[in-house]
Amino acid sequence: MMRAMRNFVAGGLSAAAALLAGASAQAAQPAEWEMNFQPAATDIMHQITWFEHYTLWFIVPITLLVLFLLAYCIIKFRASVNPVASRTSHNTLIEVIWTVGPVLVLLFMAVPSFQLLTAQYSPPEEAKLTVKATANQWNWDYEYQTEDLLSFNSAVLTDADRAGLGKEDTGVYPRLLAVDNEMVVPVNTMVRVLVTASDVIHAFAMPAFGLKTDAVPGRTNETWFKVEKEGIYYGQCSELCGKDHAYMPIAIRVVSQAQYDTWFAAAKADLPGANKALMAEIGSSNKVAVAGK
Amino acid sequence: MVYAAAHDDHHHPRGWVRWVYSTNHKDIGTLYLIFAVIAGLIGGFMSVMMRMELAEPGIQIFTGFAQMVYGFEGDAAVDGGKAMYNAFTTMHGLIMIFFMVMPALIGGFANWMVPIMIGAPDMAFPRMNNISFWLLPPALILLLISFFVPSAPGSYGIGGGWTMYPPFSTSGQPGPAMDLAILSVHIAGASSILGAINFITTIFNMRAPGMTLHKMPLFAWSVLITAFLLLLSLPVLAGGITMLLTDRNFGTSFFSPDGGGDPVLFQHLFWFFGHPEVYILILPGFGIISHIISTFSKKPVFGYLGMAYAMVAIGAVGFVVWAHHMFTSGISLDTQRYFAFATMVIAVPTGVKIFSWVATMWGGSITIRTPMLWAIAFVFLFTVGGVTGVQLANAGFDRSVHDTYYVVAHFHYVMSLGSVFAIFAGWYYWFPKMTGYMYSPLIARAHFWVTFIGVNLVFFPQHFLGLSGMPRRYIDYPDAFAGWNMVSSYGSYISAFGVLIFLVGVFEAFSKKRIAGANPWGEGATTLEWQLPSPPPYHQWEQLPRIK
Repeated sequence: MMRAMRNFVAGGLSAAAALLAGASAQAAQPAEWEMNFQPAATDIMHQITWFEHYTLWFIVPITLLVLFLLAYCIIKFRASVNPVASRTSHNTLIEVIWTVGPVLVLLFMAVPSFQLLTAQYSPPEEAKLTVKATANQWNWDYEYQTEDLLSFNSAVLTDADRAGLGKEDTGVYPRLLAVDNEMVVPVNTMVRVLVTASDVIHAFAMPAFGLKTDAVPGRTNETWFKVEKEGIYYGQCSELCGKDHAYMPIAIRVVSQAQYDTWFAAAKADLPGANKALMAEIGSSNKVAVAGK
Repeated sequence: MVYAAAHDDHHHPRGWVRWVYSTNHKDIGTLYLIFAVIAGLIGGFMSVMMRMELAEPGIQIFTGFAQMVYGFEGDAAVDGGKAMYNAFTTMHGLIMIFFMVMPALIGGFANWMVPIMIGAPDMAFPRMNNISFWLLPPALILLLISFFVPSAPGSYGIGGGWTMYPPFSTSGQPGPAMDLAILSVHIAGASSILGAINFITTIFNMRAPGMTLHKMPLFAWSVLITAFLLLLSLPVLAGGITMLLTDRNFGTSFFSPDGGGDPVLFQHLFWFFGHPEVYILILPGFGIISHIISTFSKKPVFGYLGMAYAMVAIGAVGFVVWAHHMFTSGISLDTQRYFAFATMVIAVPTGVKIFSWVATMWGGSITIRTPMLWAIAFVFLFTVGGVTGVQLANAGFDRSVHDTYYVVAHFHYVMSLGSVFAIFAGWYYWFPKMTGYMYSPLIARAHFWVTFIGVNLVFFPQHFLGLSGMPRRYIDYPDAFAGWNMVSSYGSYISAFGVLIFLVGVFEAFSKKRIAGANPWGEGATTLEWQLPSPPPYHQWEQLPRIK
């Protein structure tokens, strides 16, 4: 029943999301005057988005109920209308109702909530690719744990570097979100991320994937994602780590398996060249794909 | 009679001796309130500066501040400014928690009103009460000094947030600023532990004849529970930050992985204190709101026992939910399941309180005087913050909004719009009692409406920022977040204007000297403080009241 309810609401949601997506060009980064989550790019984020909307069906009515009751009391029981106050200070039935009622609401929330939490820790298949993300003050090291090791550093894109890297378009490469070298992964592929840090605690976050994991020195936290559509996705460090906390974004470029293979083969020898070739390939095949659609 | 007068005189020192050496709970309460107002102005100034910085993308003011205050030039000023912003967020949190809300609610209102309400002449340990207060100014001064002392290379002031997570608070900031802050929190903590011991002893031993625990006013109940939370949680914080101190200075490695320590251990210790702490900040407010709603509805509190034991339940469960602040830290799935579940449980007693306040109003004869205005707003705003808290309890959802502005919005709805509204409600409720003067209701209402509009403009849009992914503690943000940040900043300017109205109101009340009388609130005000003149005599209840 829960599943059916979820599908029903999710269906309506995806219709609404499709409408919204038509209006916005970038699907994988924050939008102006946004009032909700960024569009989901993984199944987990679809579930989180569903759950957030689901909880609103409880919390908005509860808040409005309290507001209504307060307003009703103020109007109906104001001293000029009701000069003599009642002395009622007990009513066992109503006290039982407002104890049991919230318990029921919480049960309705808890069931899908625990399903969601379990899903986040139950990757449906074995990871095809493992990337180790090491946070430093204030940039990221990505290490592809493949037979031929590939590792590189990823730091915020400075205005000075934009032209040299071919990233002048601030719509695709926004200030404070774009980086010099993105993590590149294939679409529809199970990717495992091992997150750690070299100095202080940071956090690896990617809103569109529904993913956030602290990068703690001395321990390795594991997380995973499987992205549904190609594009470039942005996240930001999410644990206070010093003066440049706001300047160590996370960018993940999701491409087709073929594009990934080409990039990976070239990247070991020449990362900037491989990145440029990949950008040219994506740009020529489909301009819109860059925006994550 | 002559002897009595002389005797009374003997106990009524004048001048600075009266305040510095004070053992009188009302004088100490007044000191606490003045201290809280001053600390609140400092912490509030910091928040307005932060909002000014965040009003639009890019760095606006902190580079200039770093030049002005620290004498940095060029790029060093930009970096120093970024660190200074972090110091502002950190100090804003620490000051508002330890030096504004706690002194106002516990040191101020509880010191003033709990002995009177339970029919006691004073606190159980008057001299300890004195030291409890006088530990606070040095603690605040230490914290403020840290602002001008080196921390991380090339920066001044502590920048790790009020949570002080290592390794950023240990190896990340080698300068002495963090040591000063740790000592400051130690001293403030000692002050609170002494205060807690004093309240527990007073409430258990000094209630007037006939006042059983189950007849005790709810504010006294709330303070009793708060005192237990303080007594049990603060030593854990003290232990945690002592380990920070030794990690920093004496070569231990409790939290350093290089030496076999674990940074996440500190988070467990911190939040074992930190979560009860947030209830410490709100429970006395619950008590105040109960009295005000009852007074202005002319009805006894609905479900008194339920109200008291709901607070007991909130306090007890509040000790076993701490790791919901750590859902992304790498704790296991089962741990997350437990903490998500336990956190949701707290919604039940909290719901009992909200509905009982509504039921207290139901059928009452309600007059909306100034304290009632703040109290009703409290109930609504606390509900808004409460329901987002229920959302955040769900670990799966929290993963998306953890460390974003959604959390900032949530805890400011329960703290800044909850605790602070309770403080102002209490202020306007007891101001006539404490001073003997009535404030101008017009100014007080203006204060309310400006504040209400201002703070909602500040914090409601932050829900949207958080959902769309804006992380907290950021000096600069991607341009897409500009819109709601601008709204939020304008809200903070309006709130700051509200603070000015508050100060004008206080000044006006003292200059006009309108006599309030013993009980300005009428028949609904039934607790013992309203049976005394306003202000109460220097020593009250020389003849103990008898409670039927």
